[in-house]
Amino acid sequence: MAVMEMAAREKSAQVGGATLKYLEGGSGAPLLVLHGELGFPGWTDAYEQLSKTHKLIIPLHPGFGVGDRVEWIMNMRDQACFYSRFLQEQSLTPIDVLGFSMGGWIAAEMAANNAAQFSHMALVAPFGVRPPSGEIRDLFATPTQNYIDASVFDAVGAPELSKLYGVPGPKQYEMWEDARAEAARLAWVPYMFNPSLPHLLAGVKGLPTLILWGKDDRIVPASTADVFASAITGAQLELFDKCGHMPEIEKKDQFLARLTAFLAA
Amino acid sequence: MHIGTFTERPYANLAENEVYRNASFFGVSNKHFDPKVGADLYHRYLDQNVAAEDLGFDVIMLNEHHANPFTMGAVMDVEAAILAARTQRVKIALMGNPLPITDPLRLAEELATIDMISRGRLVAGWVRGAGSEQIANNVNPSYNRERFNEAHDFIQQAWTRNGPWRYEGKHYHYRHVNPWQKPYQQPRPECWIPGLVSPETVIWAAQHRYPYLALATFLEPTMEMWDMYADEAERQGYQAGPENFGYLQKIVIAETEEKAQELGHAWLYGGGQPAFARPEWMFPSGYNSKAATARLAKAFTNPETGDVALASATYSENIDVEAAKRATLATYQGFQDSNQFIVGTPKSVLPKLRHVMETIRPGIFICWHIEGGTVSQEDAMTSLRLLGTQVLPEMRKYAKELGLTSPDEMKPGSRPLPANGKRLPVVGKVDRAAE
Repeated sequence: MAVMEMAAREKSAQVGGATLKYLEGGSGAPLLVLHGELGFPGWTDAYEQLSKTHKLIIPLHPGFGVGDRVEWIMNMRDQACFYSRFLQEQSLTPIDVLGFSMGGWIAAEMAANNAAQFSHMALVAPFGVRPPSGEIRDLFATPTQNYIDASVFDAVGAPELSKLYGVPGPKQYEMWEDARAEAARLAWVPYMFNPSLPHLLAGVKGLPTLILWGKDDRIVPASTADVFASAITGAQLELFDKCGHMPEIEKKDQFLARLTAFLAA
Repeated sequence: MHIGTFTERPYANLAENEVYRNASFFGVSNKHFDPKVGADLYHRYLDQNVAAEDLGFDVIMLNEHHANPFTMGAVMDVEAAILAARTQRVKIALMGNPLPITDPLRLAEELATIDMISRGRLVAGWVRGAGSEQIANNVNPSYNRERFNEAHDFIQQAWTRNGPWRYEGKHYHYRHVNPWQKPYQQPRPECWIPGLVSPETVIWAAQHRYPYLALATFLEPTMEMWDMYADEAERQGYQAGPENFGYLQKIVIAETEEKAQELGHAWLYGGGQPAFARPEWMFPSGYNSKAATARLAKAFTNPETGDVALASATYSENIDVEAAKRATLATYQGFQDSNQFIVGTPKSVLPKLRHVMETIRPGIFICWHIEGGTVSQEDAMTSLRLLGTQVLPEMRKYAKELGLTSPDEMKPGSRPLPANGKRLPVVGKVDRAAE
């Protein structure tokens, strides 16, 4: 994790009796960024670009390799409520939110609970909903590197992937294991989805929403995008050709162009 | 010393190449399972365990694994119930019931039933269950240790506290606890804890004064674990002795050395125990503690590349199976040299057994009896018979000479510490005069 090299500083806040560590970097309108199931990936190119126009606020999910596990958070909805309370207590609402993968699920749970806490919501290949066809790849019984390899359509065409996830030393391995353990704790069963979420998302109205997905996603099948897009009133859908689970890495320019236009609107 | 027998009860008819292509027993499709073959095998294994009692063994030990041809004992308690009715004298040691994946109230009822049918011969044993059991039963590995502890404590209560009462824990909830099955052994059945390498389990067993049964581990780490147990016992205020320790030893015997060596290779069938399940199935997300993960990360880091081998894996169904088999078989002699496999005639195995007994000083000694794809019923029974009639009597003499007290001879946890409060050695060449 390239924390040292990045243009962000680590801060912390007390939320519900627990310490939440988060990163803050860049300048402009605040943007809440929720990272994925493997923990904070490091200061990605996408973060760097976005930080030029936004102040990024990136909570480091408790138990995912950096902050301590919060015992009473036992599912993704608990996690979502925890962050809602953080936003409220830091007077950050309404705020734009960008959620990647499992982080997208957390954002969707937050919106389902109270859409008014967000002004824009962008979800990148989120978990949280059972795919209408296909299955979500099993992170919990797959070696992490193999899971990452399956996260892109073409690793050769995505050099940032090896920059972020190249040769994992023991420290990185331990952080991944930490993240996998906590992800399992929150979402072992049903595996990475919440049956009530689509029903509650149907109540989200008036929140500008953008769903971004790679057509060749081998982690969460792209068929799931339609469930989100049809549940949330007015949601826009952007699908990327020849792209896997990480469009922010594999289709960086298109991804950023579409996202920044959406957030500016 | 208690001397027992054990076999994994493998599905012997499995095409070995399927295991190699899958790089693991776990995960091979059950399309290869034939219930008619299964029926014959269940009877074979039950008959062998009944014969073990006639041959003089004190203990018959069973184990449980799921979705795996390595072991047919997915529903161990059913086998145990049958053996409870078909035997009269032996202890029936269940090593062990995987607490996190079971319904603990149902388990309390099942085990009490077995204890009654056997009239008090049950040895209940508890395990966390291998990683693959969490996957096969879809039980959250991140809560494995918590569920183990909670289920254990609940069962102790269910056996001893008069009902009905309500239970509201973290992982288990019951509105009406009032089982009309209570253990024949009062207040609760004898208990031993089997384990491989987890220090957390060793410490836990010592805290509960449960004998710890090392499952065919190498002698050196076994001694480290038992020292760790004895240190914790000292903190708990008692001296650990042989009655606190059990050992599972792979052993096969034949009339001739050549025949025994031929049979011994069955332990490497399909890749042997290391092929039980792939690492990603052995260590699913959250199964290991942070300390265990750190140990693994260190152990599996390539010092030249800095790469952690466990982080990725490649498998191919198109591997060169014959080359893989040769590589497996090349490890055979090493296992003999380290006494992991004891193979020979009744006469030639005795010095090796004595060495193991002297080195680790167990009060419970379970013979892991040869089975597998290449061992016939006849050869298996010959091995068992020779073990019972010619080896057991000698082992009993050694045990007496070495002071290897069983849990029946000395209640585990009842041995006082020396007056200075510092424990005595539990392994190695112990100075008997010092005791």
